[in-house]
Amino acid sequence: MSILVLAEHDNQSLKPVTLSVIAAAKAIGADVTLLVAGHQCGEVAEQAAQVVGVQKVLLADAPAYAHQLAENVSQLLLEQAQGCSHVLAAATTTGKNVLPRVAALLGVNQVSDVLAIEAPNRFKRAIYAGNAIAQVESDESVQVLTIRGTAFDPVAATGNSATIERVDSVFESADVSFSHEALAKSDRPELTAASIVVSGGRGLGNGENFDMLYKVADKLGAAVGASRAAVDAGYVPNDMQVGQTGKLVAPELYIAVGISGAIQHLAGMKDSKVIVAINKDEEAPIFQVADYGLVADLFEAVPELEASL
Amino acid sequence: MKLLVAVKRVIDYNVKVRVKADRSDVDLANVKMALNPFCEIAVEEAVRLKEQGVASEVVVVSIGGKACQEQLRTALALGADRAIQVEAPDSPDALSVARILAKIAETEQPGLILLGKQAIDSDNNQTGQMLAALLNRPQATFASEVKVEGEHLLVTREVDGGLQTLKLTLPAVVTTDLRLNEPRYASLPNIMKAKKKPLEVKTAEDLGVTVGSKIRLLGVEPPAERSAGIKVGSVAELVEKLRNEAKVIA
Ligand SMILES: Cc1cc2nc3c(=O)[nH]c(=O)nc-3n(C[C@H](O)[C@H](O)[C@H](O)COP(=O)(O)OP(=O)(O)OC[C@H]3O[C@@H](n4cnc5c(N)ncnc54)[C@H](O)[C@@H]3O)c2cc1C
Repeated sequence: MSILVLAEHDNQSLKPVTLSVIAAAKAIGADVTLLVAGHQCGEVAEQAAQVVGVQKVLLADAPAYAHQLAENVSQLLLEQAQGCSHVLAAATTTGKNVLPRVAALLGVNQVSDVLAIEAPNRFKRAIYAGNAIAQVESDESVQVLTIRGTAFDPVAATGNSATIERVDSVFESADVSFSHEALAKSDRPELTAASIVVSGGRGLGNGENFDMLYKVADKLGAAVGASRAAVDAGYVPNDMQVGQTGKLVAPELYIAVGISGAIQHLAGMKDSKVIVAINKDEEAPIFQVADYGLVADLFEAVPELEASL
Repeated sequence: MKLLVAVKRVIDYNVKVRVKADRSDVDLANVKMALNPFCEIAVEEAVRLKEQGVASEVVVVSIGGKACQEQLRTALALGADRAIQVEAPDSPDALSVARILAKIAETEQPGLILLGKQAIDSDNNQTGQMLAALLNRPQATFASEVKVEGEHLLVTREVDGGLQTLKLTLPAVVTTDLRLNEPRYASLPNIMKAKKKPLEVKTAEDLGVTVGSKIRLLGVEPPAERSAGIKVGSVAELVEKLRNEAKVIA
């Protein structure tokens, strides 16, 4: 069993989700190689080498890998996957973008968004917006898996000193280039890693009203999320969407404010430990999953909540 | 430029699916089926590109049993010009679907292929990427904006950190996210017209693809049920419970 894991990073630091993917890899076998592909990302490789459970770090440092373009990174993975039994990446937008391409190049299927490893070729994954959990067995020669970060407890980020090996191959497609990006900047914790998440929905009415949630979040050290309706209406940017097609979160505490609780939203947050719902409609489906429900007008309840924290 | 759009027949997004009593699979008997919402967005985008004069023809393709002709007719009613059904056994794996689509692309030679980013049944999010790899063409997944500029395509993508814009050389593969557009409703006259639009049936064998199912479903289970908790009467009570009972805030 030899497992290749694609590291998730921003050329400066290794993202915590990688620690969960390593945990999944370790549930399969001990021989884990972590590939850091990026540009001027030596620091990331140093961090990767400290991650407990990593045997070896491969560092591919080239401009072609700066933005994790699928065309380039998939070729690199294909090359490095020779002889591997498993290729893993996080089920983030980066992993989801790159890994199916690797699977197709290898001529195998991918098992997406794995939430449990039952055996080296038997996995559990959610289907139908999380309304069913499927157990699947793969007959492929190589297992290509994306891993749901929230489903695996992260391994320790430090305590190891794996060797770092440089990879010189540069794959660069002439048919695609990075143009520009608009990344959200926030001092709050990252949505998928936060232990408390406060989310707002259409009930907030506009973007300015989200300030109420930011204030609560800042007192709690929480991240702020949103429903699709709030994102579609332009109240907040897309990176805040929680749900079947947005981000999956499983914090200790999830506070849903002015969110009705559509199945697609629940798919992204119902594994939270404690769920609080604040909604003026006592029939709102969100109350069916909430540990603590408060039937109230959010414009009164949220400022009061903030004041009492 | 010709556009190819792949569409899938799935459970209607409003339906909450249930696990069968014997846990062999989910129960789809008598369940309302529909065009996968992301595929609908892909069709809409293609039709808009045609209306803008960027594209000349929109071809939709679906892989599955005869029933998926219904979704192909829906796509035709939304404005696609012609449809292809590739008859294949139920639940082909994603790689087989990508291989079939690659064969169709080889004959149709589209300038741009649009797919939904994921189907709301299997929630895989992989077919478009696989197709792009098989065709050795660039991809832009999770698109929220698509602009054709001559030989190139500028696509804005919804990524975890925000938005990323890529420049691709056509032909290319794009998978759609929710905010790319809001699909129109098909008008009655267009639904009538769609019935007369050409729909060609092929089989996977015709295309030389052996449909595999290398990922076997061993069974399904319902997710851990969450039961409704309690209703609190006031903000003060909520804070008290969160502090002292759930112990999730300080
Ligand atoms: C393919 C597909 C994928 C989707 N993916 C996602 C996804 O990833 N994430 C997601 O969230 N949704 C997703 N959706 C959309 C989903 O179906 C719902 O439309 C959406 O979640 C609704 O958002 P909402 O709860 O904010 O809005 P609404 O359903 O409109 O609910 C607003 C709530 O606010 C309450 N409210 C209003 N005013 C007040 C007030 N003053 N005080 C207190 N409460 C108030 C109302 O009672 C209501 O319950 C998807 C849909 C489709 C078709």
